[in-house]
Amino acid sequence: MKVHTYERVFLWLGGAVLVACLAALVYGSVGLGLHLPTKAGTIDPQAVAVTPPFDRPGVRQVGPNAYEAVMIGRIWSFTPAQIEVPAGADITFVLTSADVIHGFNLEGTRVNMMLIPGQITRNRYRFKEPGEYTIICHEYCGVGHHTMYGKVVVK
Amino acid sequence: MKATPTVLDPAGFELPPDQKAALRWTIYIGYFALTAGIFHGLAQALSYANIDILRFFPGLKGYYQGLTAHGVANALIFTFAFSNGFLPLMTARALGRPLVGWLVHAALATLVIGNVLVIYAVTTNQASVLFTAYAPLQAHWTFYFGLVLVVVSTWLALVNMLVVLRGWRREHPGARIPLLGYISVISYVMWLLASLPIAVSFLGFLLPWSLGLMQKIDPLLTRTLFWFTGHAIVYAWLLPAYVSWYALIPAQAGGRLISDSYTRVVFILFLILSIPTGFHHQYTDPGIPESMKAVHAVLTFGVVFPSFATAFSVVAALEIGGRARGGRGLLGWVAKLPWGDPSVVAQMLAMLAFVFGGVSGLINASFTMNQVIHNTTWIPGHFHLTVGAAVTLTHMGVAFWLIPYLTGRGLWSRGQALTSAWVYTIGVFIFSRGMISAGLEGMPRRTFRVAATYSNPAWDFGGMLTGIGGTLMFFGIAQFFVVIAMTALAGSRAGSPRDIPITETLTAPATTGWERHLDRLGLWVLVTVVLCVIAYGPFLLTYLPPKLVSPGYRLF
Repeated sequence: MKVHTYERVFLWLGGAVLVACLAALVYGSVGLGLHLPTKAGTIDPQAVAVTPPFDRPGVRQVGPNAYEAVMIGRIWSFTPAQIEVPAGADITFVLTSADVIHGFNLEGTRVNMMLIPGQITRNRYRFKEPGEYTIICHEYCGVGHHTMYGKVVVK
Repeated sequence: MKATPTVLDPAGFELPPDQKAALRWTIYIGYFALTAGIFHGLAQALSYANIDILRFFPGLKGYYQGLTAHGVANALIFTFAFSNGFLPLMTARALGRPLVGWLVHAALATLVIGNVLVIYAVTTNQASVLFTAYAPLQAHWTFYFGLVLVVVSTWLALVNMLVVLRGWRREHPGARIPLLGYISVISYVMWLLASLPIAVSFLGFLLPWSLGLMQKIDPLLTRTLFWFTGHAIVYAWLLPAYVSWYALIPAQAGGRLISDSYTRVVFILFLILSIPTGFHHQYTDPGIPESMKAVHAVLTFGVVFPSFATAFSVVAALEIGGRARGGRGLLGWVAKLPWGDPSVVAQMLAMLAFVFGGVSGLINASFTMNQVIHNTTWIPGHFHLTVGAAVTLTHMGVAFWLIPYLTGRGLWSRGQALTSAWVYTIGVFIFSRGMISAGLEGMPRRTFRVAATYSNPAWDFGGMLTGIGGTLMFFGIAQFFVVIAMTALAGSRAGSPRDIPITETLTAPATTGWERHLDRLGLWVLVTVVLCVIAYGPFLLTYLPPKLVSPGYRLF
């Protein structure tokens, strides 16, 4: 198979761009410790209200400067609708859905997760700046989808 | 350099009239679906600009019913109806053999029945679950069954192509498969493999569950099966466009394709790498190990490579055409390209849009970076540059010669055809610019923004561009529909092309050596299956059995 010289150069450059991008991703996840949600346990979506930790949703301290924010998505609101966390602390979001698939996107941050019935979603984030952040459900969940939001107040 | 024709029968080959008619109607269904889908598309774009036009839609029960119709009509029916007509036609022409008549008609009938069922379910508001059909939102069974029939019609089209290929191979032992036939067949072979997970999801879970035969369902498993198919489905839409870019456009522009084997390698890479990449749609999902998401990230980067190769090959073929038409200098050939031919222009604009679609897609695939844009309007901003521009504009461009070829009537208005392509292109660039920038500010996709109980002033500018661009896109497609309808109904009996434009290659397919193995479809299918097992096996083995936890919800 004859490959033209220009083409060879073009493909090597293209390959190099891809490898460089992948290296940046490895640096981001391994070097900077940015993670995606991974396996974090299962739950019966119809028994969310009586299953710990979702029987007592809200924020609790779990260590020095470390908090857990337990929240439930259900049509068409989050429980609790608003949480308060301190700036500069490690916040682990522990989330699930009590009915259909919902989204959990915290505006202006990289906190972006799916709530899938039967699964528990966990991810960690540290707010640098105090302020009010809107949580938006960004997965279609029925006629009231565009009315589903919540709030994180960082103090 | 000596040119070697890729066609074995330069005199041309024409299908029997009844087969040609069936393929013509198959393709008409696609263009009807495209046009039907844009009305709510306009409503969606304007909703992001804070303008509500839903009151002008009599009978529509809500935004998400319309959104479902838009997605199903434009992403599923338009694309597959086009492919179901186009790919068998290309295969038959390239191999110079008729299709199997009853299979052509069976594929069309299945497609029609599937469409009728889906239209019933969607118009009666019993299936407002969007085209992704995520459980546990539950649609009426006719929705799932109708979509299954649409997929079955694609399988019938493939079987037809494979029968033709087998017949050709028997008569030409040891000969290389003509390029156009090869890339047409491999496009649908990829889709066959890709469609199996969604078939399992629909037939094994969603359909029995919607019929009440199964009480509960596993939302993560059905979602994963959807995306097992769902990334490759994008390539199933794209590859027929690539068939045109590689095998037809160079001839239309007066150029030639550089390498035969190289083109085959590109299509094999798409076959192998399109499917084992689905987790990059699920980076933010729970229940899937981060390590497996990383594997899919690397494989997704791999599937970019054949698109890089395509960028070079196709542009080089155009350059040969431009120079043959008298173009000089580094870029002088660009001006000499046939800018007055709407078919070529629409497809060159498609290629241009795909550059940006590809780059934004690479960002989507970028693992943790995906968290910034997942499920924001960035995503539809991206895929309106791929399926909504690269594929749509190519299918428009192909229509400008294909409909005359199939009807025997000349293109109704070259000027209007050209205008429709330009208006649509300008529209889609403005639209996507708006969607992408507002998405970076967190504007959610799939959301009735006009009525949302939250807002953000940072979305206003992007939302406005979305509305302006979407309006132009609407008018571009509306004009395209008029051109096609007038061509079919009132085009002049003279001036239609007698044959399809088939490109010659500069390097002929080798008849000895390793390159012959490129034609061993079975081997490459096996490689694909192995890679899919590696990509999905560990997840499925540790995840199964299905966790049937969710009853159905009808929240529409």
